[in-house]
Amino acid sequence: MTRYRLSVHIVPRRGILDPQGKAVSDALHSLGFAQVTDVRVGRFLVLDTEAASADAARDAARAMCEKLLANPVTEDYEIAAVEQA
Amino acid sequence: MKAGVVRFPGSNCDEDAFNAVADILGQEAVYCWHKDHDLQNVDVVILPGGFSYGDYLRPGAIARFSPIMQEVVAFAKRGGPVLAICNGFQIACEAGLLPGALLRNESLRFVSAPVRLRVETIATSFTSRYHLGEVITVPIAHGDGRYTADADVLARLEGEGRVVFRYVNAAGEATPSANPNGSLRSIAGIINDRGNVLGMMPHPERAMEPILGSTGGVALFNSLLDSLLTKVSA
Repeated sequence: MTRYRLSVHIVPRRGILDPQGKAVSDALHSLGFAQVTDVRVGRFLVLDTEAASADAARDAARAMCEKLLANPVTEDYEIAAVEQA
Repeated sequence: MKAGVVRFPGSNCDEDAFNAVADILGQEAVYCWHKDHDLQNVDVVILPGGFSYGDYLRPGAIARFSPIMQEVVAFAKRGGPVLAICNGFQIACEAGLLPGALLRNESLRFVSAPVRLRVETIATSFTSRYHLGEVITVPIAHGDGRYTADADVLARLEGEGRVVFRYVNAAGEATPSANPNGSLRSIAGIINDRGNVLGMMPHPERAMEPILGSTGGVALFNSLLDSLLTKVSA
């Protein structure tokens, strides 16, 4: 078994109102960042795990997202990075 | 009627629910600890409000995996009545007992206030004592109560008469300003397809006596009691 560190991004699905993202977007606009067209505020998780391979670590993280870490009704997730820890 | 009030770490409306059943209805109430697997042969389960597991990750996300929830899900699948209030509603959605999800209030503010609800159906075992279209006053107290579901689910809920309560104004109209959290279709409460699991963000257990400011929740508990008595005698 090898130790892996995984980065998981979870964000509100597009099309679902994200009032936090909208508030941040409005604040950026008022600061002059007019080029910003959309902001979604989500969660960033760092998981330290053990797995036989990077692929196995990624598969396990995906199962964790499906079961607990993300709400399948309202959120999308992405396993952003898998690194040997 | 014997009601089981589930207690999670962070539940804070458990005693209100217990009080509603034991002191107002004069029925038996017991607490069911989240780590137990024993529902103590209750006739109805109440998932109370609060902040189970600190609302970590998402409200209800951790609570749904607690030992007692396995029993609550099995109880609901057998047709047992489940009243899921506020955090209980969030837990019921996370557990798949009800469709959709409760997201952060559109205002991003925690809202604690009495609200008006329109009773959208009396063809449920939770609302038979109300009049159709009746407007009742019941308090809300939540930061994550914005009901959200995809278009198919909303169409099904509406088509099957499963929207039980809607936020309305004094005239009984579901206007944007009467919607305290941005819920789609002003939905305050829904019921599952089998009609035995009611989820609602407002707190009927806190609207049981005039001294609390409203008695709008009494008919809900009495409806539930009626349905159980009917079942026993049938």
